[in-house]
Amino acid sequence: MNSPLHVREFEKRRSEASPLVRFMGVQKSYDGTVLVVKGLDLDVTRGEFLTLLGPSGSGKTTCLMMLAGFELPTAGEILLDGRPISRLPPNRRGIGVVFQNYALFPHMTVAENVAFPLSVRRMSRDVIATHVRRALDMVQLKGFDQRKPAQLSGGQQQRVAVARALVFEPELVLMDEPLGALDKQLREQMQLEIKHLQQRVGVTLVYVTHDQAEALTMSDRIAVFDRGEVQQLATPTELYEAPRNAFVAGFIGENNRLPGTVISADGEWCTVKLEDGPVVEAVRVGEHGPGDGVILSLRPERISPLADAGRHANRFPAIVEELIYLGDHLRVRVSGVGRSDLVMKIPNQAGDLALRVGSSVHCGWRREDVRALKDDPR
Amino acid sequence: MSASWATHQTLLAAVRRSGRARSLRAALLVAPAAAFLAIVFLVPIIGFMLRSVDNWEVPEALPRTSVTLADWNREGLPNEAAFSSLVLDLRALDGASAAALARRLNYSRTGLRTLILKTRASADAIEPEKARAALPALDSQWENQDVWGTLRNESSALTPFFLLAALDLSRDAAGAIHPSRDGALYREVFLRTFGISAAVTSFCVLLGMPLAFYLAAAPTKVASLVLALVLLPFWTSVLVRTTAWVILLQGQGLVNQLLLGLGLIAAPAKLIFNRIGVYVAMTHVMLPFFVLPLYGVMRRVPREHLRAAASLGAPPLLVFRKVYLPQILPGVMAGALLVFVTSLGYYITPALVGGPSDQMVSYFVGFFTNESVNWGMAAALGSLLLAAVVGIYVALAGPANINPARTV
Repeated sequence: MNSPLHVREFEKRRSEASPLVRFMGVQKSYDGTVLVVKGLDLDVTRGEFLTLLGPSGSGKTTCLMMLAGFELPTAGEILLDGRPISRLPPNRRGIGVVFQNYALFPHMTVAENVAFPLSVRRMSRDVIATHVRRALDMVQLKGFDQRKPAQLSGGQQQRVAVARALVFEPELVLMDEPLGALDKQLREQMQLEIKHLQQRVGVTLVYVTHDQAEALTMSDRIAVFDRGEVQQLATPTELYEAPRNAFVAGFIGENNRLPGTVISADGEWCTVKLEDGPVVEAVRVGEHGPGDGVILSLRPERISPLADAGRHANRFPAIVEELIYLGDHLRVRVSGVGRSDLVMKIPNQAGDLALRVGSSVHCGWRREDVRALKDDPR
Repeated sequence: MSASWATHQTLLAAVRRSGRARSLRAALLVAPAAAFLAIVFLVPIIGFMLRSVDNWEVPEALPRTSVTLADWNREGLPNEAAFSSLVLDLRALDGASAAALARRLNYSRTGLRTLILKTRASADAIEPEKARAALPALDSQWENQDVWGTLRNESSALTPFFLLAALDLSRDAAGAIHPSRDGALYREVFLRTFGISAAVTSFCVLLGMPLAFYLAAAPTKVASLVLALVLLPFWTSVLVRTTAWVILLQGQGLVNQLLLGLGLIAAPAKLIFNRIGVYVAMTHVMLPFFVLPLYGVMRRVPREHLRAAASLGAPPLLVFRKVYLPQILPGVMAGALLVFVTSLGYYITPALVGGPSDQMVSYFVGFFTNESVNWGMAAALGSLLLAAVVGIYVALAGPANINPARTV
């Protein structure tokens, strides 16, 4: 409190510069043979919304549970605000946690649930009442305070769980697939609510999901997990536009995968001969050279069937195999470049090309839109 | 409007019809079990309970005397009619009925057996008209007002005698209720029964709660193995089990040798054929009754609740008290009630591993049924125990909101 100004200023700058959470070589094994998490190094920046995204069994939830204090790392250390916390029990970490099944206490009312972290901290009754009211207002549950959790809908229960995790003003909140049990429409609405809440409160949020659309919607940064390792840590845009490997390209968004062999590579670019197909120019991702097997990753919406495909470096004839009308866009499956499963998405605009099944088109794409990724040896 | 009203009525009728069919099916499903329980359980129990107030011996053996004595105001001796009725009644008795009457009256007043048998032997020689003088001449007890008072007390079809005796109370010849002269014999037995049951219940709670908690968290494979160990007493015969306890706990038994070997005691401790043996053996048998319902309840409390409470800042004890205990309390209460109520009726185990001062109510029920053939006393003790059990269940099950169907 009474430290000189420059010391406080220094402390403030140090704490702003240092990450809130730092995973340092963290490993976790439950049975002593299989590593669920393999040597994780990860920084969580103050105030950010970081999502751990991955298929089930990829280690993302284990990481969250180690951070919350429910699991102990087999090796490595986790720093919270620069301090190692591996030996700190969960109740002394001051981290808010929201669980997939809400974990509301069924014998307490909504108000008692939200008041729980405050009464545990022995705050006075008036202060608790004020905080609880504010927290319930924040999640739009005014007037629900005397209900029991069983009398609430799934979405309302999740809001109570969020209010309970935020009411004691933790610096860090963890959420483990909190929207997994909700239906699609409510889930999309809650995604935005949680996102806006996080921005308004300014809390640091680590969020676990297996739903890539959810991750793209909500996150500042996403760590894509697979087989216990972070495959890529980047912003949503970067993940989608510049996936670093075939797993990330396949996991985030839709993706045409075209296997081929590198003919020549030169800095940023390379040319690839597709199996049974033509030669394509592509972005070179990672270190690979002539003769190496690669996977070309090509987003469906980046392929255009236009007559003026001439401006693209890659342009090939194809035949329409299937047309699916999806309202705002058309999904078109064509055969071409030696394959019959090439998918493109065409925005539904007035006066568009009259495509028919069986009609021939030219499809093309810019060379920046196709990425040559090292073949995944799995 | 009228059309829709008609439709509505048809619909209602159809709903009622299908409802009737459903209740009929339900009744058919329940009927066999209900009939079975009624025949083998309800009827015998009610019949047995009636025995505790049934007093058929005296009114049946002395019908005229009973009627005459009903008008007697208990002041002085009864009138001459009573004396002559008694002689007429005794003359009409066969040997077996006389023996039953004499035994029954002797419960109420010692010495009446001899008096009745002696009087009956001479009854044929006494003229009923002269009975008022002849009976006291035969035995001076017939001039004792209390003897006639006892006769009057026991001449009604229902008697509180056995129930009073089971509570160490008796009715004097004037009809007033007093503590019986034998002292607090059965009250002590009842207190001991409740005490042992309460102690066994506490041991089960202390041992069973951590065990059930572990089981609820353990992987299914481990849980079912440990559960099988807990259930083992159910699968072993009571004699095998008891023999095992005797071997373990006797003076030269394993437990004593271990304690002696460790130097914790200097001389062998008496661990069996006393209260310790009863506690050990009964807790062993009762533990599954506590663990199983609690295990069922605990398994339905998600572990996330404990984690959530911890993450919200509650230290382990507070998590247990505020979050876990309220959710498992119905299971704890159900298990404890089951153990307590079942323990109240325990008979074999205390009889085999306890000493004389460790016998519970059921032992005396057995004693009166099998050895002294005093069914009235057996029924009275049994009925009081049953009443206590029902009372405890109603008192505890209501507030604790225990629904046995919910705990399974």
